[in-house]
Formats: sequence, C-alpha cells, structure tokens
Amino acid sequence: MPPAPAKAALGPVRRAFSPWNDPDAVPLIRFENVTKKYGDFTAIDNLTLNIYEREFFALLGPSGCGKTTLMRMLAGFDEPTEGRVILAGQDLVGVPPYRRPVNMMFQSYALFPHMSVADNIAFGLKQANVPRAERDERVKEMLRLVKLEKFGARKPHQLSGGQRQRVALARSLALKPKVLLLDEPLGALDKKLREETQFELTDLQVTLGMTFLIVTHDQEEAMTVADRIAVMNQGEIIQVATPGEIYEQPSSRYVADFIGDVNIIPAKVAEADGQAIRLASAWTEGPIEIATSVPTSPGADAWVALRPEKVKIALQPPAPGTANVLAGEVWDIGYLGDLSIYRVKLSSGEIVKAQVSNATRLVERPITWEDKVWLTWAPEQAVLLTN
Amino acid sequence: MAKRAGDRSWQRAIEIGLPFLWLIVLFLVPFLIVFKISLSTATIAQPPYVPTFDLLADGLSGTLDKIRSFSLENYAFLFDDSLYINSYLSSLRIAAISTALLLLVGYPIAYGMARAPKSIRPMLLMMVILPFWTSFLIRVYAWIGILKPEGLLSGFLIWLGIINEPLVIMNTEKAVFIGIVYSYLPFMVLPLYASLEKLDTTLLEAAADLGCPPIKAFWQITFPLSIPGIVAGCMLCFIPAVGEFVIPDLLGGSDVLMIGRTLWNEFFLNRDWAVSSAVAVLLLLVLIVPIVIYQNFQQRQLEADR
Repeated sequence: MPPAPAKAALGPVRRAFSPWNDPDAVPLIRFENVTKKYGDFTAIDNLTLNIYEREFFALLGPSGCGKTTLMRMLAGFDEPTEGRVILAGQDLVGVPPYRRPVNMMFQSYALFPHMSVADNIAFGLKQANVPRAERDERVKEMLRLVKLEKFGARKPHQLSGGQRQRVALARSLALKPKVLLLDEPLGALDKKLREETQFELTDLQVTLGMTFLIVTHDQEEAMTVADRIAVMNQGEIIQVATPGEIYEQPSSRYVADFIGDVNIIPAKVAEADGQAIRLASAWTEGPIEIATSVPTSPGADAWVALRPEKVKIALQPPAPGTANVLAGEVWDIGYLGDLSIYRVKLSSGEIVKAQVSNATRLVERPITWEDKVWLTWAPEQAVLLTN
Repeated sequence: MAKRAGDRSWQRAIEIGLPFLWLIVLFLVPFLIVFKISLSTATIAQPPYVPTFDLLADGLSGTLDKIRSFSLENYAFLFDDSLYINSYLSSLRIAAISTALLLLVGYPIAYGMARAPKSIRPMLLMMVILPFWTSFLIRVYAWIGILKPEGLLSGFLIWLGIINEPLVIMNTEKAVFIGIVYSYLPFMVLPLYASLEKLDTTLLEAAADLGCPPIKAFWQITFPLSIPGIVAGCMLCFIPAVGEFVIPDLLGGSDVLMIGRTLWNEFFLNRDWAVSSAVAVLLLLVLIVPIVIYQNFQQRQLEADR
C-alpha cells in the first residue's frame, strides 16, 4: 500500500475537486459527437462528454443504455460510427486496443486460466518489455496493493470470487494506465464484500491519483464511488452531475426515478414568480409550493419529485391553509430495521411513500395500518421537474 | 437409512459393472484368445496352430502339458526378422508425420469454425462430418482416381501448364499421407473445435487491452488453452493411424511398409496365426504408451478444472 500521508495530503484536494466547473480545464477524455450504430440500431446517439484527470467518473444506466459500448470505444474494442474519442489530446479512433494507454478491468475478470496470479499481473508488463527485475518488483507491489502477497503462485481457479476480482484489479493497474476502465467490477461479489470493495476502490483511486471510469447499473455503487455520474438512457446522456446534485436536483423524471426512491406528483403551474412557484395537483389537499428558480409559466404541466425521507408523517392534520399536504391512510408498512417505509394511499387512490427513521426502539408503533395520516414537506425539499 | 445406502451401492455396482462387463466380453476375452494364439506354434492344420485345448479329451495333466508347451518363440522371431521392427518403426513414423500434417491442416479449420458466426457453425460442423456418410473404402478408392499418374490431379496440373510430366504420388508414402490426412481430418477437427469454441473471447480482449497484438495473443492465450483439444485430436488420429491397413494397402503400393499390412500378410498369405497374433499383441503394447500418456494428461486436466 502506498504510504498513508499521501492520502491525507490529497484529502483537501479531493474535497475541493471540481475541474468540471473550471472553464479553462482541459478534459483528459473527450467523447465528441460520438455515434455508434449496429445496423439500424443506434447504441450511442451523438454524445459529447468530458472527463477530467483524476476524476472517478461513473456511467450509470439500465442494461442496453449504451454505457458499456461507450467504455469499449475508449478501450478500442468498438469504434464509433461517427465522432471522435480523444484521450490526452490524441484522437484514438483507429488506434488498436493494444496501443491505447488505458486498461480495463473486465466484468468477468477475464483472468488467463493457464497462468498463475503473478503471471497474470505480469502479462501487460511483459508485452511492454519491462525488464525482469523491474517487472518482478511491480508484480510484488501490485500483489501488496490488493493484499494478495501470498497468492502469487496460485492459479485463478484456486481463488475465491473476491480474490479473483482483486487479481483482475491488480492486473489492470500494473501498467499504471492513464485511465482505468472498470466494467461492472463488483457485479459478481456479494453485497457486504461489494460495499467494502467500493470504499477500497475510492481509496485506491485517490492514492494512485489515476482517472477511473466505471460502468455500472447499480446507482448505489455509482453514488458511493464516483465524483461525477453520467446517467444514461437509450444511447443518450440524461444528466451529468455529482452524486449530490443527481440526487437532490435531478433534471428529469427519468433521473429522479432511476436514482433512489421518489414520489412523483403530477401538477400544473398556477403562479410563478422567479423564486417560488405555486402548483395545483389533484393529489394534494391544498396548493404545492416549491422554492426553485426553474423557469416555468402558469398553466404548464410539471411534476413534483419528493424523496420519501423528506416527507413528514403525522396523525394530526396541519393548520388549515398550509401548503404541501397530502392526506390518506396507511396502506402498508415496510420495516427495514434502521428505518420504516410507510406506503400511504391517498383519497385519489395513489400511493405515496414516506420514510421514517427508527431512532428509538420500536416497541409500540405510533402510526400503524389503516391510520388516517397527513404528509407534509417544506417548500425547499421537493424538486420541480418540467420534463 | 442403511437400506437406502445399500440400494445405492447396488446402483453403483451396476453403473460401474456394466461398462466393465462390456470391456471384459468385447476386449479382454478376445485379447486373451489372441494372446494365447501368440504363444502357440504354427502348424499346417485347422486351426493352423498347436496346441488346441480340449479339456475332456486331454484331462487335467494333458492340459497342463499343453500349457507348458507355450513359448515366447514368436515374439523372439519378431525381433530376429528386421521386417517386423521396420514395420513398427515405419508405422510410427508415418503415423507421427500424418498426425503433424493433420494438426497443421485441422487447426486452421477448427479455428475458422470456432470464430465463424454462431448461425453458420452447425452447417460447418455438418460439412466436416458429411464424408462419413459414404463408405470409407469408397472414399479411399476415389483417391486412386485422383492421384494415379493419368488421374485427375496430374491431368488438371498438366492442363494448367504447371507440370509437364504426371506426378508420382500414387504408390508412394505421399499418397499414404494424403489418404490418412483426408480420412482422419474430422477426428482432428472435432476435438480442436470443441476446445476452441469453449474459449472465452474476452480473454483475447484482455490480452489486447494489456498491449498484446493479435498474433502474439494467439500464441500466448489461444494456443495454450487449446492444448487439451490438440492432445485429444492427435491421440484420436495417431493411435488408429499406426495400425492403419486400408490406406497403405490401396494407396501406398508395395514399398510402403506398415505394421497393419505386415499383419494382414502374415495372417492371410502366410497363414501364420501364431506370429500374426504376436504382431498384434506387440502393436497393442506399442500403442499403450501414448494411450497412458493421454489418460494421464486427461486426469490432470480434470483435476485442474475442478
């Protein structure tokens, strides 16, 4: 493991790390108007994306959204039909994969079954004609990095899934690539190991100071590891932002729905005055108020995205005339230990979710099935979506 | 519980016993008969060897006397007459060269099949197996028509102007190589195809990703991982090729020495059952070596896969 102080020194750097907000920053990777077609099917549709040095960038989306195709175009396994893929100022289109300064960790790990762990890790170094002494040293360093010092002589089939995953990681890091590509790297691990490994990955990325690009369909994974996330759907990027922004300010219903749990309330804009907007909805008791600067005009269709954990649930009705009130009865309760999810059926028949954290021990549930309840939230806690 | 365990052990005994019974009846018993004849002495009689056993007529002591008359003389004879040793060596050489040629021809075919689009692979597989639908003997005969001096091949090449004289292929070792390579090709291609088709192509992507160009990746990834298929294909071709009789007899002429033909001559022309049995037993011993090597390899492969 590289020494700990390096990481501490990078801590503040990481906290203030946002090259994407700097208009002068030059991206390390740039997809420029990239289109990829397979026959009639368009996998990637005129996509432009910048990724900066030292960034941990996640491509997130459902299967078939084009995220893997995008990564494979950077690795060189697929070529774009149109557009350019630029890495450190060089257009990579037409450069074969074995001449690209990126390495990939494969979803299936793709470890060479006839080679030992050490030979797997040394494979790239051998191709690059690294002298033997240096090569051995680097293999040792990599084995130390992934905590597999004692396993160098084993064959891949003699390792557990988690160990194989770490060998794959070590092999892809051995050449110290400019960019490490991770294709669903943790998909085959169980939940606990996956969570641990996510934090290990972020630590590793910070200490090595490399640029990581991860492809995943798991929004939690993307949120945990990434500096920025690109949410993709059907070959297009829907939103690129930090995990916090994606969660708190989704730009569309698709993103709001894809990331985390959300209630989406259909409404119509009644009044808009720049800072606050009033809406009318068939779901709510009174009007909806949202503090937002999203430009809109009265009469327009809009949707209010409300995260379950931001909803307050009460057995007493709020003072008359209060905005942002939903009324209904408790339809179902999901008890998850640390928190409970209340599914409330409104008089209109819709279901709205409210989340309550179980801070005290739940000896006797204050709110229970078939109780009449009122749901409220503050104007700044909901997000207005206009598309 | 005990009863169920008992049931299972019966089941096991049958599962293991049936193939054993098969081997005993169809391999071990005939082999012992041949082995017995190989220890006998040739004579002009019906059958053409002594002793023959008749427990009722001879009684126990007579039978024992006859058993005492068994000798290894026939085996000694095989080493006295250089014909036999030369036949064995020549057979091994021809089989080895043919197997190498088969590998050279079969590997690209199997590789091409394994890399072909999935939709046409069954058709390609069919094409490899298709020749089996015609009699082996007829197919070898057909090669006479192609290879003889006034045959199709020489005629075609003379017509093209590439050669002036007919090629001398018929009745030489070359014709035997061509015949063996042609006849045994499916036995080489099929195991190779099976192991190449199984190969995970992301391994090649991983190799390319780590800076390995395609040709190097073939030698470092594809080839080593196809070794089980190579070993299986070579064994399937080499072992029967050593004892091949029809191909050298029809295509090889009188100069090509192979143990299968020597055995045939010994048996049908000389009617020396005793010596020809000894030839057969020794051939089996010669072939057991590669078979044991193969078994050993397969066992290690199984253990590695576990």
